[in-house]
Amino acid sequence: MAQSDRRSLSGPLSFGLVLPLLIIFLFVFCWPIIKLLGVSLFDPAFTLDHYREVLGNDFTQVIFLRTFRVSLLVAALALLIGYPIANLMRSSPPFWAMVIGACVLIPLWTSVLVRSFAWTVLLQRNGAVNAILQSLGITNAPLSLLYNEIAVIVAQAHVMLPFMVMPIYQSLRAIPDELPRAGLSLGASNLAVFWHIILPLSRPGVLAGFLMVFVVSLGAFVTPALIGGPSSMMLATAISTEITEKFNWARGATLSALLLIAVAVLLLIFSRFMQLNKLEQK
Amino acid sequence: MSRFSLKRLSVSSLVARTAGILGIVFLLIPTVIVVPISLGPDRYLRFPPRGFTLEWYNKLLGDQAWLQPMLFSAKIAVMVALIAMVLGTMVALAVTRGRLPAKKAVTMVMLAPIIAPGIVVGVAMYLMFSQMGMSGSITAFVLAHTVLAVPYVIITVSAALATSDADLELAAMSLGASRFNAFRYVTLPLIMPGLIAGGVFAFIVSFDEPVVSFFLSSVHDKTLPRKIFEDLEFNVSPVVAAVSTILTFGSIGLLGLVAVLRRGLSRGGSAA
Repeated sequence: MAQSDRRSLSGPLSFGLVLPLLIIFLFVFCWPIIKLLGVSLFDPAFTLDHYREVLGNDFTQVIFLRTFRVSLLVAALALLIGYPIANLMRSSPPFWAMVIGACVLIPLWTSVLVRSFAWTVLLQRNGAVNAILQSLGITNAPLSLLYNEIAVIVAQAHVMLPFMVMPIYQSLRAIPDELPRAGLSLGASNLAVFWHIILPLSRPGVLAGFLMVFVVSLGAFVTPALIGGPSSMMLATAISTEITEKFNWARGATLSALLLIAVAVLLLIFSRFMQLNKLEQK
Repeated sequence: MSRFSLKRLSVSSLVARTAGILGIVFLLIPTVIVVPISLGPDRYLRFPPRGFTLEWYNKLLGDQAWLQPMLFSAKIAVMVALIAMVLGTMVALAVTRGRLPAKKAVTMVMLAPIIAPGIVVGVAMYLMFSQMGMSGSITAFVLAHTVLAVPYVIITVSAALATSDADLELAAMSLGASRFNAFRYVTLPLIMPGLIAGGVFAFIVSFDEPVVSFFLSSVHDKTLPRKIFEDLEFNVSPVVAAVSTILTFGSIGLLGLVAVLRRGLSRGGSAA
Protein backbone atom coordinates (compact mmCIF):
# COMPACT_ATOMS: atom_id res chain seq x y z
CA MET A 1 0.00 0.00 0.00
CA ALA A 2 2.71 2.44 0.99
CA GLN A 3 4.62 1.42 -2.10
CA SER A 4 1.78 2.05 -4.51
CA ASP A 5 1.26 5.40 -2.78
CA ARG A 6 4.82 6.36 -3.49
CA ARG A 7 4.65 5.13 -7.06
CA SER A 8 1.71 7.28 -8.12
CA LEU A 9 2.09 11.03 -8.00
CA SER A 10 0.01 12.75 -5.34
CA GLY A 11 -3.10 14.71 -6.23
CA PRO A 12 -1.61 18.18 -5.64
CA LEU A 13 1.59 17.29 -7.54
CA SER A 14 -0.42 15.95 -10.52
CA PHE A 15 -2.52 19.07 -10.51
CA GLY A 16 0.62 21.20 -10.46
CA LEU A 17 1.93 19.32 -13.50
CA VAL A 18 -1.30 19.93 -15.42
CA LEU A 19 -1.77 23.54 -14.33
CA PRO A 20 0.43 25.41 -16.86
CA LEU A 21 -1.20 23.77 -19.88
CA LEU A 22 -4.62 24.02 -18.26
CA ILE A 23 -4.20 27.79 -17.96
CA ILE A 24 -3.22 28.03 -21.64
CA PHE A 25 -6.23 25.90 -22.62
CA LEU A 26 -8.66 27.93 -20.54
CA PHE A 27 -7.28 31.18 -21.92
CA VAL A 28 -6.68 30.24 -25.59
CA PHE A 29 -9.20 27.45 -26.23
CA CYS A 30 -12.16 27.45 -23.82
CA TRP A 31 -12.54 31.18 -23.25
CA PRO A 32 -12.52 32.16 -26.97
CA ILE A 33 -15.17 29.54 -27.76
CA ILE A 34 -17.33 30.73 -24.85
CA LYS A 35 -16.86 34.29 -26.09
CA LEU A 36 -17.92 33.27 -29.59
CA LEU A 37 -21.04 31.57 -28.23
CA GLY A 38 -21.69 34.78 -26.30
CA VAL A 39 -21.61 36.81 -29.53
CA SER A 40 -24.32 34.53 -30.94
CA LEU A 41 -26.53 34.85 -27.85
CA PHE A 42 -26.14 38.47 -26.68
CA ASP A 43 -26.84 41.61 -28.68
CA PRO A 44 -26.26 43.18 -26.12
CA ALA A 45 -29.04 41.59 -24.04
CA PHE A 46 -29.74 37.85 -24.24
CA THR A 47 -31.58 36.96 -27.44
CA LEU A 48 -32.25 34.00 -29.70
CA ASP A 49 -32.93 36.29 -32.67
CA HIS A 50 -29.67 35.36 -34.41
CA TYR A 51 -30.60 31.69 -34.28
CA ARG A 52 -34.12 32.42 -35.50
CA GLU A 53 -32.73 34.48 -38.36
CA VAL A 54 -30.08 31.94 -39.39
CA LEU A 55 -32.36 28.90 -39.15
CA GLY A 56 -35.23 30.65 -40.97
CA ASN A 57 -33.04 32.01 -43.77
CA ASP A 58 -33.31 30.15 -47.11
CA PHE A 59 -29.67 30.74 -48.01
CA THR A 60 -28.28 29.28 -44.77
CA GLN A 61 -30.75 26.39 -44.89
CA VAL A 62 -29.41 25.48 -48.31
CA ILE A 63 -25.85 25.65 -46.95
CA PHE A 64 -26.70 23.46 -43.95
CA LEU A 65 -28.37 20.83 -46.11
CA ARG A 66 -25.50 20.89 -48.61
CA THR A 67 -22.90 20.59 -45.87
CA PHE A 68 -24.66 17.53 -44.43
CA ARG A 69 -25.19 15.96 -47.84
CA VAL A 70 -21.61 16.54 -49.01
CA SER A 71 -20.16 15.26 -45.70
CA LEU A 72 -22.29 12.11 -45.85
CA LEU A 73 -21.19 11.45 -49.42
CA VAL A 74 -17.56 12.13 -48.48
CA ALA A 75 -17.81 9.54 -45.69
CA ALA A 76 -19.53 7.04 -48.01
CA LEU A 77 -16.90 7.48 -50.74
CA ALA A 78 -14.06 7.27 -48.22
CA LEU A 79 -15.57 4.04 -46.88
CA LEU A 80 -15.89 2.61 -50.39
CA ILE A 81 -12.23 3.38 -51.16
CA GLY A 82 -10.86 2.90 -47.65
CA TYR A 83 -12.30 -0.49 -46.76
CA PRO A 84 -10.49 -2.38 -49.55
CA ILE A 85 -7.23 -0.63 -48.56
CA ALA A 86 -7.62 -1.72 -44.92
CA ASN A 87 -8.58 -5.21 -46.07
CA LEU A 88 -5.54 -5.45 -48.34
CA MET A 89 -3.34 -4.23 -45.49
CA ARG A 90 -4.72 -6.96 -43.21
CA SER A 91 -4.24 -9.77 -45.70
CA SER A 92 -0.70 -8.69 -46.68
CA PRO A 93 2.49 -10.10 -45.15
CA PRO A 94 4.04 -7.80 -42.46
CA PHE A 95 6.44 -5.98 -44.78
CA TRP A 96 3.75 -5.04 -47.31
CA ALA A 97 1.31 -4.16 -44.54
CA MET A 98 3.95 -1.72 -43.30
CA VAL A 99 4.42 -0.24 -46.79
CA ILE A 100 0.66 0.23 -47.18
CA GLY A 101 0.55 1.73 -43.68
CA ALA A 102 3.19 4.27 -44.75
CA CYS A 103 1.20 5.06 -47.91
CA VAL A 104 -1.80 5.81 -45.67
CA LEU A 105 0.10 7.80 -43.03
CA ILE A 106 2.23 9.98 -45.31
CA PRO A 107 -0.78 11.80 -46.81
CA LEU A 108 -2.17 12.23 -43.30
CA TRP A 109 0.92 14.20 -42.29
CA THR A 110 1.21 16.14 -45.54
CA SER A 111 -0.27 19.63 -45.60
CA VAL A 112 -4.02 19.71 -46.39
CA LEU A 113 -3.28 22.73 -48.56
CA VAL A 114 -0.81 20.75 -50.63
CA ARG A 115 -3.27 17.90 -51.13
CA SER A 116 -6.07 20.28 -52.12
CA PHE A 117 -3.71 22.08 -54.48
CA ALA A 118 -2.85 18.72 -56.04
CA TRP A 119 -6.52 18.21 -56.82
CA THR A 120 -6.73 21.56 -58.59
CA VAL A 121 -3.74 20.42 -60.68
CA LEU A 122 -5.41 17.09 -61.47
CA LEU A 123 -8.86 18.48 -62.26
CA GLN A 124 -8.12 21.75 -64.05
CA ARG A 125 -8.82 22.29 -67.77
CA ASN A 126 -5.37 21.23 -68.93
CA GLY A 127 -4.85 18.89 -66.00
CA ALA A 128 -4.10 15.20 -65.84
CA VAL A 129 -7.68 13.92 -65.67
CA ASN A 130 -8.73 15.91 -68.74
CA ALA A 131 -5.60 14.80 -70.60
CA ILE A 132 -6.41 11.14 -69.89
CA LEU A 133 -10.08 11.53 -70.83
CA GLN A 134 -9.12 13.14 -74.14
CA SER A 135 -6.39 10.67 -75.02
CA LEU A 136 -8.84 7.81 -74.39
CA GLY A 137 -11.31 9.53 -76.70
CA ILE A 138 -13.97 9.75 -74.00
CA THR A 139 -14.25 13.49 -74.55
CA ASN A 140 -12.82 15.67 -77.29
CA ALA A 141 -12.74 18.99 -75.41
CA PRO A 142 -11.51 19.60 -71.85
CA LEU A 143 -14.30 19.43 -69.27
CA SER A 144 -14.56 21.86 -66.39
CA LEU A 145 -14.15 19.50 -63.46
CA LEU A 146 -13.27 21.98 -60.73
CA TYR A 147 -15.39 24.24 -58.52
CA ASN A 148 -18.37 21.92 -58.23
CA GLU A 149 -19.78 19.64 -55.57
CA ILE A 150 -18.43 16.41 -57.03
CA ALA A 151 -14.88 17.78 -57.09
CA VAL A 152 -15.24 18.80 -53.43
CA ILE A 153 -16.53 15.34 -52.48
CA VAL A 154 -13.69 13.49 -54.25
CA ALA A 155 -10.94 15.77 -52.92
CA GLN A 156 -12.33 15.83 -49.38
CA ALA A 157 -12.70 12.03 -49.38
CA HIS A 158 -9.04 11.83 -50.37
CA VAL A 159 -8.00 14.19 -47.59
CA MET A 160 -10.02 12.19 -45.02
CA LEU A 161 -9.10 8.71 -46.26
CA PRO A 162 -6.46 7.93 -43.56
CA PHE A 163 -9.10 8.56 -40.86
CA MET A 164 -11.22 5.85 -42.50
CA VAL A 165 -8.50 3.29 -43.18
CA MET A 166 -6.86 3.30 -39.74
CA PRO A 167 -9.88 2.39 -37.54
CA ILE A 168 -11.11 -0.22 -40.06
CA TYR A 169 -7.64 -1.76 -40.16
CA GLN A 170 -7.55 -1.86 -36.35
CA SER A 171 -10.84 -3.76 -36.13
CA LEU A 172 -9.95 -6.08 -39.04
CA ARG A 173 -6.67 -6.94 -37.35
CA ALA A 174 -8.51 -7.84 -34.15
CA ILE A 175 -10.43 -10.62 -35.95
CA PRO A 176 -8.75 -13.95 -35.13
CA ASP A 177 -7.58 -15.80 -38.26
CA GLU A 178 -9.40 -18.93 -37.09
CA LEU A 179 -12.83 -17.42 -37.71
CA PRO A 180 -12.61 -16.88 -41.49
CA ARG A 181 -10.58 -20.11 -41.79
CA ALA A 182 -13.30 -22.06 -40.02
CA GLY A 183 -15.89 -20.55 -42.34
CA LEU A 184 -13.86 -21.50 -45.41
CA SER A 185 -13.21 -25.03 -44.17
CA LEU A 186 -16.94 -25.50 -43.63
CA GLY A 187 -17.44 -24.76 -47.29
CA ALA A 188 -18.45 -21.09 -47.28
CA SER A 189 -17.39 -19.01 -50.27
CA ASN A 190 -14.98 -16.08 -49.81
CA LEU A 191 -17.89 -13.74 -50.34
CA ALA A 192 -20.01 -15.48 -47.70
CA VAL A 193 -17.13 -15.40 -45.22
CA PHE A 194 -16.70 -11.69 -45.87
CA TRP A 195 -20.41 -10.95 -45.60
CA HIS A 196 -21.20 -13.06 -42.52
CA ILE A 197 -17.93 -12.91 -40.56
CA ILE A 198 -15.50 -10.15 -41.57
CA LEU A 199 -17.92 -7.34 -42.26
CA PRO A 200 -20.01 -7.68 -39.04
CA LEU A 201 -16.85 -7.97 -36.92
CA SER A 202 -15.30 -4.89 -38.50
CA ARG A 203 -18.42 -2.84 -37.79
CA PRO A 204 -16.90 -0.83 -34.89
CA GLY A 205 -14.03 0.30 -37.12
CA VAL A 206 -16.38 1.16 -39.97
CA LEU A 207 -18.61 3.17 -37.62
CA ALA A 208 -15.65 4.98 -36.03
CA GLY A 209 -14.14 5.82 -39.43
CA PHE A 210 -17.44 6.89 -40.93
CA LEU A 211 -18.30 9.16 -38.02
CA MET A 212 -14.81 10.67 -37.87
CA VAL A 213 -14.83 11.48 -41.58
CA PHE A 214 -18.40 12.79 -41.45
CA VAL A 215 -17.83 15.00 -38.41
CA VAL A 216 -14.52 16.47 -39.58
CA SER A 217 -15.97 17.10 -43.07
CA LEU A 218 -18.86 19.08 -41.57
CA GLY A 219 -16.35 21.73 -40.50
CA ALA A 220 -13.87 21.35 -43.36
CA PHE A 221 -12.54 24.69 -44.53
CA VAL A 222 -9.50 24.36 -46.76
CA THR A 223 -10.58 21.84 -49.39
CA PRO A 224 -14.08 23.27 -50.06
CA ALA A 225 -12.59 26.78 -50.17
CA LEU A 226 -10.02 25.81 -52.82
CA ILE A 227 -11.85 23.12 -54.82
CA GLY A 228 -15.44 24.33 -54.47
CA GLY A 229 -17.08 27.33 -56.10
CA PRO A 230 -19.85 29.69 -54.97
CA SER A 231 -22.48 27.12 -56.00
CA SER A 232 -20.94 24.49 -53.72
CA MET A 233 -20.28 26.68 -50.68
CA MET A 234 -20.19 24.80 -47.39
CA LEU A 235 -20.67 25.85 -43.79
CA ALA A 236 -17.04 26.64 -42.94
CA THR A 237 -16.63 28.84 -46.02
CA ALA A 238 -19.90 30.58 -45.16
CA ILE A 239 -18.64 31.28 -41.62
CA SER A 240 -15.39 32.68 -42.95
CA THR A 241 -17.22 34.86 -45.50
CA GLU A 242 -19.57 36.28 -42.85
CA ILE A 243 -16.64 37.25 -40.65
CA THR A 244 -13.83 38.32 -42.98
CA GLU A 245 -15.88 39.83 -45.83
CA LYS A 246 -19.26 40.88 -44.43
CA PHE A 247 -17.98 41.59 -40.88
CA ASN A 248 -21.21 40.06 -39.59
CA TRP A 249 -19.87 38.57 -36.37
CA ALA A 250 -23.30 37.71 -34.97
CA ARG A 251 -24.14 35.55 -37.97
CA GLY A 252 -20.69 33.97 -38.17
CA ALA A 253 -20.81 33.17 -34.46
CA THR A 254 -24.30 31.68 -34.73
CA LEU A 255 -23.31 29.46 -37.64
CA SER A 256 -20.19 28.40 -35.67
CA ALA A 257 -22.31 27.58 -32.62
CA LEU A 258 -24.68 25.44 -34.70
CA LEU A 259 -21.73 23.58 -36.24
CA LEU A 260 -20.24 23.01 -32.80
CA ILE A 261 -23.57 21.71 -31.47
CA ALA A 262 -23.95 19.33 -34.42
CA VAL A 263 -20.45 17.94 -33.90
CA ALA A 264 -20.90 17.58 -30.14
CA VAL A 265 -24.27 15.82 -30.46
CA LEU A 266 -22.91 13.40 -33.08
CA LEU A 267 -19.89 12.54 -30.92
CA LEU A 268 -22.09 12.06 -27.85
CA ILE A 269 -24.43 9.68 -29.67
CA PHE A 270 -21.43 7.85 -31.04
CA SER A 271 -19.70 7.42 -27.66
CA ARG A 272 -22.96 6.05 -26.18
CA PHE A 273 -23.27 3.70 -29.11
CA MET A 274 -19.69 2.49 -28.77
CA GLN A 275 -20.24 1.80 -25.07
CA LEU A 276 -23.32 -0.27 -25.90
CA ASN A 277 -21.26 -2.06 -28.50
CA LYS A 278 -18.60 -2.89 -25.92
CA LEU A 279 -21.23 -4.15 -23.47
CA GLU A 280 -22.64 -6.34 -26.20
CA GLN A 281 -19.25 -7.88 -26.81
CA LYS A 282 -18.82 -8.59 -23.12
CA MET B 1 -4.48 -26.89 -47.24
CA SER B 2 -4.64 -26.82 -51.01
CA ARG B 3 -8.26 -25.91 -50.61
CA PHE B 4 -7.30 -22.61 -48.97
CA SER B 5 -4.82 -21.59 -51.60
CA LEU B 6 -7.43 -22.41 -54.20
CA LYS B 7 -9.92 -20.20 -52.39
CA ARG B 8 -7.39 -17.39 -52.17
CA LEU B 9 -7.19 -17.17 -55.94
CA SER B 10 -10.94 -16.88 -56.37
CA VAL B 11 -12.51 -14.06 -58.37
CA SER B 12 -13.87 -12.28 -55.31
CA SER B 13 -10.50 -12.09 -53.57
CA LEU B 14 -8.93 -10.88 -56.83
CA VAL B 15 -11.55 -8.13 -57.03
CA ALA B 16 -10.92 -7.20 -53.37
CA ARG B 17 -7.18 -7.04 -53.97
CA THR B 18 -7.56 -4.90 -57.11
CA ALA B 19 -9.90 -2.52 -55.26
CA GLY B 20 -7.32 -2.17 -52.49
CA ILE B 21 -4.51 -1.44 -54.92
CA LEU B 22 -6.63 1.10 -56.82
CA GLY B 23 -7.42 2.71 -53.46
CA ILE B 24 -3.74 3.10 -52.71
CA VAL B 25 -3.17 4.61 -56.15
CA PHE B 26 -5.99 7.08 -55.45
CA LEU B 27 -4.33 7.88 -52.13
CA LEU B 28 -0.87 8.44 -53.56
CA ILE B 29 -1.40 10.19 -56.92
CA PRO B 30 -2.37 13.58 -55.48
CA THR B 31 0.55 13.31 -53.07
CA VAL B 32 3.16 12.81 -55.80
CA ILE B 33 1.63 14.75 -58.72
CA VAL B 34 3.09 18.06 -57.47
CA VAL B 35 6.65 16.79 -58.02
CA PRO B 36 6.64 16.70 -61.87
CA ILE B 37 4.63 19.94 -61.99
CA SER B 38 7.26 21.73 -59.90
CA LEU B 39 9.98 20.60 -62.33
CA GLY B 40 8.16 21.55 -65.54
CA PRO B 41 8.95 24.75 -67.44
CA ASP B 42 5.38 25.89 -68.14
CA ARG B 43 4.25 29.16 -66.62
CA TYR B 44 0.77 27.75 -66.22
CA LEU B 45 0.40 24.44 -64.47
CA ARG B 46 0.23 21.74 -67.03
CA PHE B 47 0.25 17.98 -67.00
CA PRO B 48 2.26 16.23 -68.29
CA PRO B 49 5.00 18.89 -68.09
CA ARG B 50 7.13 19.56 -71.18
CA GLY B 51 10.80 19.59 -70.16
CA PHE B 52 12.74 20.05 -66.95
CA THR B 53 13.77 23.11 -64.96
CA LEU B 54 14.71 24.16 -61.45
CA GLU B 55 13.50 27.70 -62.16
CA TRP B 56 10.60 27.55 -59.68
CA TYR B 57 12.84 26.40 -56.86
CA ASN B 58 15.26 29.24 -57.59
CA LYS B 59 12.40 31.69 -57.66
CA LEU B 60 11.06 30.33 -54.39
CA LEU B 61 14.37 30.51 -52.55
CA GLY B 62 15.18 33.97 -53.90
CA ASP B 63 11.87 35.61 -53.11
CA GLN B 64 11.38 37.41 -49.79
CA ALA B 65 7.61 37.07 -50.21
CA TRP B 66 8.12 33.30 -49.79
CA LEU B 67 11.17 33.24 -47.53
CA GLN B 68 9.66 35.43 -44.84
CA PRO B 69 6.53 33.29 -44.27
CA MET B 70 8.72 30.16 -44.35
CA LEU B 71 11.01 31.54 -41.65
CA PHE B 72 8.02 32.83 -39.65
CA SER B 73 6.34 29.41 -39.75
CA ALA B 74 9.57 27.61 -38.86
CA LYS B 75 10.17 29.90 -35.88
CA ILE B 76 6.62 29.34 -34.60
CA ALA B 77 6.75 25.58 -35.17
CA VAL B 78 10.04 25.14 -33.30
CA MET B 79 8.74 27.09 -30.30
CA VAL B 80 5.45 25.20 -30.39
CA ALA B 81 7.23 21.83 -30.54
CA LEU B 82 9.44 22.69 -27.55
CA ILE B 83 6.62 24.09 -25.41
CA ALA B 84 4.29 21.23 -26.33
CA MET B 85 6.98 18.66 -25.49
CA VAL B 86 7.52 20.10 -22.00
CA LEU B 87 3.90 20.85 -21.07
CA GLY B 88 2.55 17.75 -22.82
CA THR B 89 4.93 15.47 -20.95
CA MET B 90 3.91 17.04 -17.65
CA VAL B 91 0.25 16.36 -18.44
CA ALA B 92 0.98 12.81 -19.64
CA LEU B 93 2.82 12.11 -16.38
CA ALA B 94 -0.06 13.41 -14.27
CA VAL B 95 -2.61 11.47 -16.31
CA THR B 96 -0.80 8.11 -16.46
CA ARG B 97 1.09 8.12 -13.13
CA GLY B 98 -0.79 10.54 -10.91
CA ARG B 99 -3.99 10.73 -8.91
CA LEU B 100 -5.24 13.72 -10.85
CA PRO B 101 -8.59 15.09 -9.72
CA ALA B 102 -11.18 15.24 -12.57
CA LYS B 103 -8.82 13.23 -14.79
CA LYS B 104 -11.47 12.47 -17.40
CA ALA B 105 -12.59 16.06 -17.82
CA VAL B 106 -9.00 17.33 -18.07
CA THR B 107 -8.01 14.78 -20.75
CA MET B 108 -11.22 15.42 -22.66
CA VAL B 109 -10.56 19.17 -22.83
CA MET B 110 -6.89 18.70 -23.75
CA LEU B 111 -7.60 16.23 -26.54
CA ALA B 112 -10.59 18.22 -27.85
CA PRO B 113 -8.57 20.29 -30.38
CA ILE B 114 -8.04 17.10 -32.45
CA ILE B 115 -11.75 16.76 -33.17
CA ALA B 116 -13.07 20.34 -32.68
CA PRO B 117 -13.91 21.97 -36.04
CA GLY B 118 -10.87 24.05 -37.05
CA ILE B 119 -13.05 26.81 -38.44
CA VAL B 120 -14.80 27.37 -35.08
CA VAL B 121 -11.52 27.31 -33.17
CA GLY B 122 -9.94 29.65 -35.73
CA VAL B 123 -12.77 32.17 -35.64
CA ALA B 124 -12.97 32.07 -31.83
CA MET B 125 -9.22 32.65 -31.44
CA TYR B 126 -9.36 35.43 -34.04
CA LEU B 127 -12.15 37.10 -32.05
CA MET B 128 -10.17 37.01 -28.82
CA PHE B 129 -6.71 37.88 -30.15
CA SER B 130 -7.95 40.71 -32.36
CA GLN B 131 -9.79 42.27 -29.40
CA MET B 132 -6.56 42.11 -27.44
CA GLY B 133 -4.64 43.63 -30.36
CA MET B 134 -2.49 40.48 -30.57
CA SER B 135 -3.67 39.24 -33.97
CA GLY B 136 -0.66 38.49 -36.17
CA SER B 137 1.78 38.50 -33.23
CA ILE B 138 4.13 35.59 -32.83
CA THR B 139 2.84 35.08 -29.25
CA ALA B 140 -0.70 34.58 -30.54
CA PHE B 141 0.46 32.04 -33.13
CA VAL B 142 2.59 30.11 -30.66
CA LEU B 143 -0.22 29.96 -28.05
CA ALA B 144 -2.84 28.97 -30.64
CA HIS B 145 -0.67 26.32 -32.29
CA THR B 146 0.43 24.92 -28.93
CA VAL B 147 -3.21 24.19 -28.14
CA LEU B 148 -3.66 22.45 -31.51
CA ALA B 149 -0.38 20.51 -31.37
CA VAL B 150 -0.07 19.47 -27.72
CA PRO B 151 -2.68 16.65 -27.90
CA TYR B 152 -0.30 14.70 -30.16
CA VAL B 153 2.50 14.99 -27.58
CA ILE B 154 0.13 13.94 -24.77
CA ILE B 155 -0.93 10.87 -26.76
CA THR B 156 2.54 9.69 -27.81
CA VAL B 157 4.13 10.35 -24.41
CA SER B 158 1.24 8.69 -22.54
CA ALA B 159 1.68 5.64 -24.75
CA ALA B 160 5.42 5.61 -24.05
CA LEU B 161 4.81 5.96 -20.31
CA ALA B 162 2.26 3.15 -20.36
CA THR B 163 4.82 0.76 -21.86
CA SER B 164 7.72 1.84 -19.61
CA ASP B 165 7.92 0.27 -16.18
CA ALA B 166 6.90 2.56 -13.31
CA ASP B 167 8.71 0.22 -10.87
CA LEU B 168 12.06 1.31 -12.29
CA GLU B 169 11.45 4.84 -11.09
CA LEU B 170 10.39 3.46 -7.73
CA ALA B 171 13.59 1.42 -7.51
CA ALA B 172 15.68 4.53 -8.19
CA MET B 173 13.78 6.39 -5.48
CA SER B 174 14.24 3.59 -2.95
CA LEU B 175 17.96 3.83 -3.69
CA GLY B 176 17.84 7.46 -2.64
CA ALA B 177 17.12 9.40 -5.82
CA SER B 178 14.71 12.30 -5.54
CA ARG B 179 11.48 12.02 -7.52
CA PHE B 180 12.76 14.54 -10.03
CA ASN B 181 16.10 12.79 -10.49
CA ALA B 182 14.38 9.43 -10.82
CA PHE B 183 12.29 10.90 -13.62
CA ARG B 184 15.23 12.74 -15.19
CA TYR B 185 17.65 9.78 -15.25
CA VAL B 186 15.33 6.74 -15.44
CA THR B 187 11.95 7.54 -17.00
CA LEU B 188 12.93 10.36 -19.36
CA PRO B 189 15.48 8.30 -21.33
CA LEU B 190 12.91 5.49 -21.61
CA ILE B 191 10.19 7.73 -23.04
CA MET B 192 12.59 9.81 -25.18
CA PRO B 193 11.63 8.17 -28.53
CA GLY B 194 7.95 8.77 -27.83
CA LEU B 195 8.66 12.31 -26.69
CA ILE B 196 10.65 13.16 -29.81
CA ALA B 197 7.94 11.59 -31.99
CA GLY B 198 5.40 13.80 -30.24
CA GLY B 199 7.63 16.83 -30.81
CA VAL B 200 7.91 16.02 -34.53
CA PHE B 201 4.12 15.69 -34.80
CA ALA B 202 3.69 18.98 -32.95
CA PHE B 203 6.16 20.67 -35.34
CA ILE B 204 4.32 19.37 -38.40
CA VAL B 205 0.89 20.32 -37.01
CA SER B 206 2.08 23.88 -36.39
CA PHE B 207 4.07 24.25 -39.62
CA ASP B 208 1.20 22.99 -41.81
CA GLU B 209 -1.67 24.54 -39.83
CA PRO B 210 -3.88 26.40 -42.33
CA VAL B 211 -7.14 27.46 -40.64
CA VAL B 212 -6.14 29.35 -37.49
CA SER B 213 -3.25 30.85 -39.48
CA PHE B 214 -5.73 31.99 -42.09
CA PHE B 215 -7.51 34.15 -39.52
CA LEU B 216 -4.58 35.25 -37.33
CA SER B 217 -2.19 36.27 -40.13
CA SER B 218 -1.69 39.94 -40.88
CA VAL B 219 -0.41 41.47 -44.11
CA HIS B 220 3.17 41.53 -42.86
CA ASP B 221 3.29 38.57 -40.51
CA LYS B 222 1.85 35.56 -42.24
CA THR B 223 2.59 31.88 -42.00
CA LEU B 224 3.56 29.73 -44.95
CA PRO B 225 0.13 28.02 -45.19
CA ARG B 226 -1.52 31.44 -45.33
CA LYS B 227 0.88 32.52 -48.10
CA ILE B 228 0.12 29.32 -50.06
CA PHE B 229 -3.59 29.93 -49.55
CA GLU B 230 -3.32 33.46 -50.96
CA ASP B 231 -1.32 32.24 -53.95
CA LEU B 232 -3.84 29.51 -54.70
CA GLU B 233 -6.72 31.97 -54.57
CA PHE B 234 -5.14 34.67 -56.73
CA ASN B 235 -2.28 33.50 -58.94
CA VAL B 236 -1.57 29.81 -59.07
CA SER B 237 2.03 29.39 -60.24
CA PRO B 238 4.43 26.44 -60.34
CA VAL B 239 6.21 28.03 -57.35
CA VAL B 240 3.37 26.64 -55.23
CA ALA B 241 4.15 23.21 -56.66
CA ALA B 242 7.79 23.69 -55.63
CA VAL B 243 6.76 24.63 -52.06
CA SER B 244 4.38 21.68 -52.00
CA THR B 245 7.12 19.30 -53.07
CA ILE B 246 9.43 20.58 -50.34
CA LEU B 247 6.67 20.29 -47.73
CA THR B 248 5.76 16.77 -48.82
CA PHE B 249 9.33 15.50 -48.72
CA GLY B 250 9.88 17.34 -45.44
CA SER B 251 6.95 15.48 -43.92
CA ILE B 252 8.14 12.14 -45.32
CA GLY B 253 11.62 12.74 -43.89
CA LEU B 254 10.28 13.63 -40.45
CA LEU B 255 7.91 10.64 -40.44
CA GLY B 256 10.84 8.41 -41.40
CA LEU B 257 12.71 9.79 -38.38
CA VAL B 258 9.76 8.95 -36.14
CA ALA B 259 9.57 5.42 -37.59
CA VAL B 260 13.28 4.86 -36.91
CA LEU B 261 12.87 6.12 -33.33
CA ARG B 262 9.83 3.91 -32.77
CA ARG B 263 11.73 0.91 -34.04
CA GLY B 264 14.58 1.72 -31.64
CA LEU B 265 12.03 1.97 -28.84
CA SER B 266 10.43 -1.40 -29.54
CA ARG B 267 13.83 -3.05 -29.85
CA GLY B 268 14.93 -1.53 -26.55
CA GLY B 269 11.63 -2.63 -25.04
CA SER B 270 11.97 -6.21 -26.22
CA ALA B 271 15.56 -6.36 -24.99
CA ALA B 272 14.53 -5.27 -21.50
